[in-house]
Amino acid sequence: MQDEQQEIVDFLRRYPPFRDLDEGALEHIGGSIDVRYYKAGSPIVDFGQDALFWHIVRSGVVEVFRRDGTLYNRLTEGDYFGEFGLLHRKKVRFPARASEDTLLYLVPEPVFTELFERNETFADQVEIEDRSRLQKVVSRQQAGNDLLSATVESLVQREPVTLPDSASSLEAARCMTEAGVSSLLLVSGSGDTDAAVTLAGIVTDRDLRTRLVAKGLPLETPAVTIATTQVVTIEHSRLVFEAMLVMLHNNVHHLPVLHQQRPIGVIALSDIIRHESHNSLFVVSRIYRAQTVDELAALAPEARASFVRMAGGDTSARIVGSAMSAIGRAFKQRLLELAEQQFGAPPLPYCFLALGSMGRQEQSVVTDQDNALVLDNRFDPGRHDEYFEQLAKFVSDGLARCGYTYCTGGVMATNRKWRQPLKVWEGYFDTWIEHPTPEGLLDSNIFFDLDGVYGRTEWAEGLRRRFARNARQHPRFLASMARNALLRTPPLGFFKDFVLEADGRHSAAINLKRRGTAPLTDLIRVHALAVGSEALNSYERLVEVMRAKVLPPGRGADLLDALEFIAWVRLRNQVEDLKAGREPDNSIEPERLSEFERKSLREAFTVLSHAQDFLKYRYQSARAIG
Amino acid sequence: MLHAGLLYDKRGTDTSPDWPRRFAELARAARDERLRSFYSAGIVSGDTPIRDVPLLALDVETTGLNPAVDAIVSVGLVPMTLDRVRASAARHWLVKPRVPLSEDSITIHGITHSQLDRAPDLVEVLGDILDLMARHVMVVHCREIERLFLGAALVHRINEGIEFPVIDTMQLEGRLYRNRPASLWRRLWPRRETPVSIRLSPSRQRYGLPRYRLHHAVTDALATGELLQAQIAHRFSPTTPVGELWA
Repeated sequence: MQDEQQEIVDFLRRYPPFRDLDEGALEHIGGSIDVRYYKAGSPIVDFGQDALFWHIVRSGVVEVFRRDGTLYNRLTEGDYFGEFGLLHRKKVRFPARASEDTLLYLVPEPVFTELFERNETFADQVEIEDRSRLQKVVSRQQAGNDLLSATVESLVQREPVTLPDSASSLEAARCMTEAGVSSLLLVSGSGDTDAAVTLAGIVTDRDLRTRLVAKGLPLETPAVTIATTQVVTIEHSRLVFEAMLVMLHNNVHHLPVLHQQRPIGVIALSDIIRHESHNSLFVVSRIYRAQTVDELAALAPEARASFVRMAGGDTSARIVGSAMSAIGRAFKQRLLELAEQQFGAPPLPYCFLALGSMGRQEQSVVTDQDNALVLDNRFDPGRHDEYFEQLAKFVSDGLARCGYTYCTGGVMATNRKWRQPLKVWEGYFDTWIEHPTPEGLLDSNIFFDLDGVYGRTEWAEGLRRRFARNARQHPRFLASMARNALLRTPPLGFFKDFVLEADGRHSAAINLKRRGTAPLTDLIRVHALAVGSEALNSYERLVEVMRAKVLPPGRGADLLDALEFIAWVRLRNQVEDLKAGREPDNSIEPERLSEFERKSLREAFTVLSHAQDFLKYRYQSARAIG
Repeated sequence: MLHAGLLYDKRGTDTSPDWPRRFAELARAARDERLRSFYSAGIVSGDTPIRDVPLLALDVETTGLNPAVDAIVSVGLVPMTLDRVRASAARHWLVKPRVPLSEDSITIHGITHSQLDRAPDLVEVLGDILDLMARHVMVVHCREIERLFLGAALVHRINEGIEFPVIDTMQLEGRLYRNRPASLWRRLWPRRETPVSIRLSPSRQRYGLPRYRLHHAVTDALATGELLQAQIAHRFSPTTPVGELWA
């Protein structure tokens, strides 16, 4: 008899994705199903347990949660869950709970996997079950990562304790004792209107001890005298991670948090440490303490280890990129400090630039050094260049020893062309923008991802503001950039054991940077320049581009998700390389991906491909310049 | 399954025997080889927690309601435990009744004469059925039907009856709605009220279980197994001794 499971098969037939299955497949699934009743409120699956079943809701209501406990989805009759865990390491990713009395049909993992692999239509339907699937993948990664993605504001627990800047030290100590805080802000201004309040200084427990009591000053000493008046602050929207860096580098333990120039609270190092486990921050702090290049070079394995820890966990590609950039930046800063110790104080002010991925805060573990020097306009090659050449060489060699290979394109401060006074740099940018040719711009992409790392970083900001203002007014420049951004394309398809190229060729592997993240970054840069954005990070650029409504509705969000997903796969792949003792690179063979990742990548590449089509159309005055 | 005439709880007949000992006795007494091996396989003792008991949801469809004249036309079995109703291992047999099939029962079961003409006699599949039943505690909704009809069928064919422990989901429902002493309020203000139905469909509905198209032996067995899971989740516990549930 074949009718044992008639009731179950009849049920399945009423719902997609089963509706479109042929009778044989339907009976195969139906015949494999077991049943389980769950009383309202009882847990169904827990995070991390082995994923054994694909769950179909026969009746009742199931709530599916993210790892951080927030509700992810609410499912009812005919809905299903658990496919993500089954396709992804066979571990439950989303805990689920019966929120009403619920009857579940359980499809064993092998039956589901077989159907998913063999039946394209079914696989597609299960995946596109809702259009924001990629989005969900991405938000899942971020959900597991509240430490690093938390903003400074989220650590602020109370209004800042403040006194007028006329207060005495005694008043300050009393006020701090009453409020039970270890720091106090001195504010100036009328105090009547919030807007008029400005930060005049910060007094800490330690200041009372070292600057007042130890020096034998009277208690009536104005608090301002013992306060730190050059206050290091942080904007409320910055990441906790960045706050930690600011503290480490400035050697302060209290950081006033500003919102529109006004202090809204103070965060202490202990607040952050409470939120921290071992991660890249500790590498950064050790970099700042290293006394020689040898000591720095010895930290390179630790930088990799912290990369493996982050990218191998559930940290999003965006956060990993910014953490790795912070590490790279710390290496540069410390090398420059060591160089100045060795060669003496610089004869002129300068600004050391990070370019490319580090400038964009999107660095991975496989990276070369793209850097440059902007010098004071009084620069006289005969008198000053010997010093800066030495300095550049010291930093560049040091970086190479710390694992950042020399730039093959020669974009390094050791190259005289990229070691120039500010006015020459301004000229470079003006020429690129006002007299563009696609060929001339081929290698200058990374200069538009420019960030000041050390010294007069405001010069870097000035350059950025200059080209952001200028670029949008030069359609031929944008057209040339757009044309270059189309040189690298995603593959057409992505199959179990080969990559299908646009010309029909099969490749064994794909370079996820060259064919994925790089063209995406290029494309986003063109749009960003077109809307006058000064942002560096691709995600931030994209947000500004979306705000300017340049892209068709929905496309921006798709691009964000595609970028995150491709970058994430790339990082995971590098982590696997490192764990296996291989030198990490950007290439991946499709068979190393799960079916789910292949499908998602295919989808992400489609998003990129459409975005390139749009770019072509949007800046097509490229034809005008031949 | 039909049990319209048998809904009323027969109190006083519920003293459950010491089943492992009873099975040992029956094994010695049984003449039929299949029955002997069924009893010899043994059965869990009454103090076993329900979560550790191998269960088998059972349903039979019959030509009518009178065991003396009506006969079994199909048998459905679904093995289960407290946390899994193994629908994937369900079994179904059509068996040819030795009495004519009435038009009424055809419309209820959807089983036709021609299907039954090709079906085997119960005695031919008895060995298979008993093999599956061995070591399992049966789960039925309205045990009188299964017991009486199976008993009658066996006596008729091999001249021996059959006994086994049964968890009756209808009786478990009945405990809740039928045996409860009336409240003081009700005793003071007696009122005619419709009794809560303890038939399979309404019972399932109370636990949020879906509506099934019943009267197929496997579907009914499945429905009964799900109901037991729900009853235990709501009113008992996984550690409840099976002796408190079976009869």
